Amino acid sequence: MMYAWLFRHLPGPLWARILLTVLLLAAVIVALFGWVFPAIAPHMPFNDGLVGAAPRAG
Amino acid sequence: MSAARPTDGTHRGRPRGPGVIGVLGELLLTAGVLLGLFLVWQLWWTDVMADREQSGILDGLEQEWGAVDAERIAPRQDGPPPVPEIPGDTMVWGSMHVPAFDRERFPLAEGVSLEQVLNVKGAGHYPETALPGQVGNFSVAGHRNTYGRVFEDIAELEPGEPVVVETDEAFYVYEVTESLVVMPQDVEVIAPTPGEIGVEPTEQMLTLTACHPMYSARERYIVHAEFAYWTDRADGIPEALADEGEK
Repeated sequence: MMYAWLFRHLPGPLWARILLTVLLLAAVIVALFGWVFPAIAPHMPFNDGLVGAAPRAG
Repeated sequence: MSAARPTDGTHRGRPRGPGVIGVLGELLLTAGVLLGLFLVWQLWWTDVMADREQSGILDGLEQEWGAVDAERIAPRQDGPPPVPEIPGDTMVWGSMHVPAFDRERFPLAEGVSLEQVLNVKGAGHYPETALPGQVGNFSVAGHRNTYGRVFEDIAELEPGEPVVVETDEAFYVYEVTESLVVMPQDVEVIAPTPGEIGVEPTEQMLTLTACHPMYSARERYIVHAEFAYWTDRADGIPEALADEGEK
């Protein structure tokens, strides 16, 4: 629905829209891997291998 | 779609109205894809990045310290082991060798900050604990499932197997004494006398701490080891690393 809407509103011929879609997806993944996931990982409960009240972040 | 209306050349079948259910479905699918991508990132990409970082650090150490003669077995030293110099918080000052691990060698840095040490550099020394070779409990933390997973195989360690710390001067060889699973708040495992808070230490111990069970942080996997001997780095490698190949 919304993705179909987005795809229809991309400019250019079909091949350009497909290319644009791939580029947009790649940009989203880069942003997720580079910034979003590293920012939320410290709040996940499975990374901490320390004992005691050691400094959790810093 | 278009096959049903062959006369309409460009038409591609329009949705009939906004369709709340359809949008909701897409949002749920998106959430699923995002969760999947997060897993890919956490379980695979953090390893890729940490591996790259760690092998760079190890190469750097090799250049700084000079190569070890891996052909020569260094004699055991009798005197008191040298005390390593700690360059400062979050700095790498050594490496560890655990022949029982798949990843036999990894960097060792000062501190247990997740962001600045454990996620990027490898294993981290609990700053308040003893140094290698000292009487007390030299304690080290590491990841088990993510970020290079230096302690992935920690549960494979059997009593008697060596855990070796390398610095610019020496190899410190420890031998595993026991493994246990504790709760995260059980700080007595890294007390100077392991298991007994406030007791003056008499032994030279080493302790490794990691997540337990795998892919969780509910408990901690602990390995204790006891100092066996040390060797001079200029003399070659210690016997404990003899079958590790060239390193």
